[in-house]
Amino acid sequence: MNPRKTPDGSPENGALPERASGHLLDVREISKTLGGKKILDRVSLTLNAGELKTLIGPSGGGKSTLLQCAHYLIPPDSGDVFLDGKSAREMSHKNICAFRQEIGMIFQDFNLFDHLTAKDNVAIALRKVKGWKKNLAHARAMEELNRVGLAGKENLYPAELSGGQKQRVSIARALAMDPKVMLLDEPTSALDPELIGEVLNVIKQLSRAGMTMLMVTHQLGFASRLTTELLFMENGRITERGAPDELLKDTSNSRTREFYLKLNELAGH
Amino acid sequence: MDFVDLKEFAVTAFYIFKGTGITAALVVGALSLGFSVGLPLACLEVYGPKWLSRLLGVYVWFFRGVPILVLLFLVYFGVWSLVENFFLERFSIRLTLSPFSAALVALGLASGAYQSQIFRGSIKSLHPGQFKAAQALGFGSPSAVLNVIVPQALRVSIPAWSNEYSIILKDSAIAYVIGTAEIMARTKFMAAFTYKHMTFYVAAGVLFYGLTWLGVKSLKLLERKTAIPGLGHGF
Ligand SMILES: Nc1ncnc2c1ncn2[C@@H]1O[C@H](COP(=O)(O)OP(=O)(O)O)[C@@H](O)[C@H]1O
Ligand SMILES: [Mg+2]
Repeated sequence: MNPRKTPDGSPENGALPERASGHLLDVREISKTLGGKKILDRVSLTLNAGELKTLIGPSGGGKSTLLQCAHYLIPPDSGDVFLDGKSAREMSHKNICAFRQEIGMIFQDFNLFDHLTAKDNVAIALRKVKGWKKNLAHARAMEELNRVGLAGKENLYPAELSGGQKQRVSIARALAMDPKVMLLDEPTSALDPELIGEVLNVIKQLSRAGMTMLMVTHQLGFASRLTTELLFMENGRITERGAPDELLKDTSNSRTREFYLKLNELAGH
Repeated sequence: MDFVDLKEFAVTAFYIFKGTGITAALVVGALSLGFSVGLPLACLEVYGPKWLSRLLGVYVWFFRGVPILVLLFLVYFGVWSLVENFFLERFSIRLTLSPFSAALVALGLASGAYQSQIFRGSIKSLHPGQFKAAQALGFGSPSAVLNVIVPQALRVSIPAWSNEYSIILKDSAIAYVIGTAEIMARTKFMAAFTYKHMTFYVAAGVLFYGLTWLGVKSLKLLERKTAIPGLGHGF
């Protein structure tokens, strides 16, 4: 078991003793059919508190759909998602909105609110979803922008920010809701190469601070250093899973390694 | 120009000017009604259930397909007398529909159909990820639409809305046929009364042009004032 601590410093299994499955996030046997095509086929995965897992695999394999089902942005056809032992399937619509607040979602193309400044992008959900007063929400937004290294940029609009800055605002926006888990869907894929580092740095910091995360990425070099488990997904199923060193070592003939080598080849390494 | 002429001119000008007020009230009223019908319709059409969006399609199809003149007669002579006969009389309510109100309702409902299409187009032009991101943060759908989608859709809609304004302004002239005392009705009356057709119709044209100019300029100003920094216009 990995020795990572939860944010409050308690050992991960001691933090929430009466959790049903013991996992912070438990995605169980999820299936989803879209447009007559089976996109997810009984996919399961778990995240313990403080853990970072990385999901990789070829495009079209169902990674984005899996993340959105885990978040109940797309309700799965069957299976269930447990957050802290609470089943999402049994929740009312109102509770689903509350469920979503506890899971932060980072999208490949940022999805910032174009009509709002960086500060208001972070503050709006605090105000409209959590009902915070404006000055409190703004103070919190400034804190989060600070945390992702964007102090001084709070009054800029998304269209005035670089891709890396936009993605960091979107991370700040998610963090402001105090999520228990973060799901990151290719957070650096839309970025110019020289901007990838600043976003990866923020993710690294978060992981060190004990944030529980599931990340889809092609930045395998980066991910394998931080991640406890690599999940390889293809055709709607997780076909391989294991520690990064295991799956990527020279003697391994895993699909994961094959895929990793192909990525490197394409990147010209 | 002697004193009598000047006085006559002043009286005539005032008479027609009052018509301008009525035209303006009619246009503002119809556009407001159209707005309060069109915006919710557009949101329901995009984010509501399929059956509802199909139903709304029928509304839009009807009001886009029927000429304003026919709508005007339908509302003033048709629908209202039905309401009077089958509903109001039963409860001995006396309520007459003024030509002005009838014109406002007809123009407003027609504009609502057009405006719903304007707003729908604007909503569809926004990046769909923003709605998803709002949901991911815990917004319910109505709140996401209200706080994230609508403020942006309104901005995008201003140019098309400005167009709608000038169309409704011109369509409003037709309200004279049921006796609304707007610019056109008063012009027609004065022209027939004085035989100075040319003078009065040119004056009416100038007034309509002035109102169009005023509205379009104001909306242009609004567009500039509400532009989102960094999202360039005219690139
Ligand atoms: N709403 C949808 N309707 C139909 N097919 C979809 C829909 N969303 C995704 N898909 C399909 O599901 C498959 C998996 O997509 P996705 O989850 O985005 O994969 P990945 O993120 O691994 O690239 C793709 O073939 C895609 O075309
Ligand atoms: Mg994807």
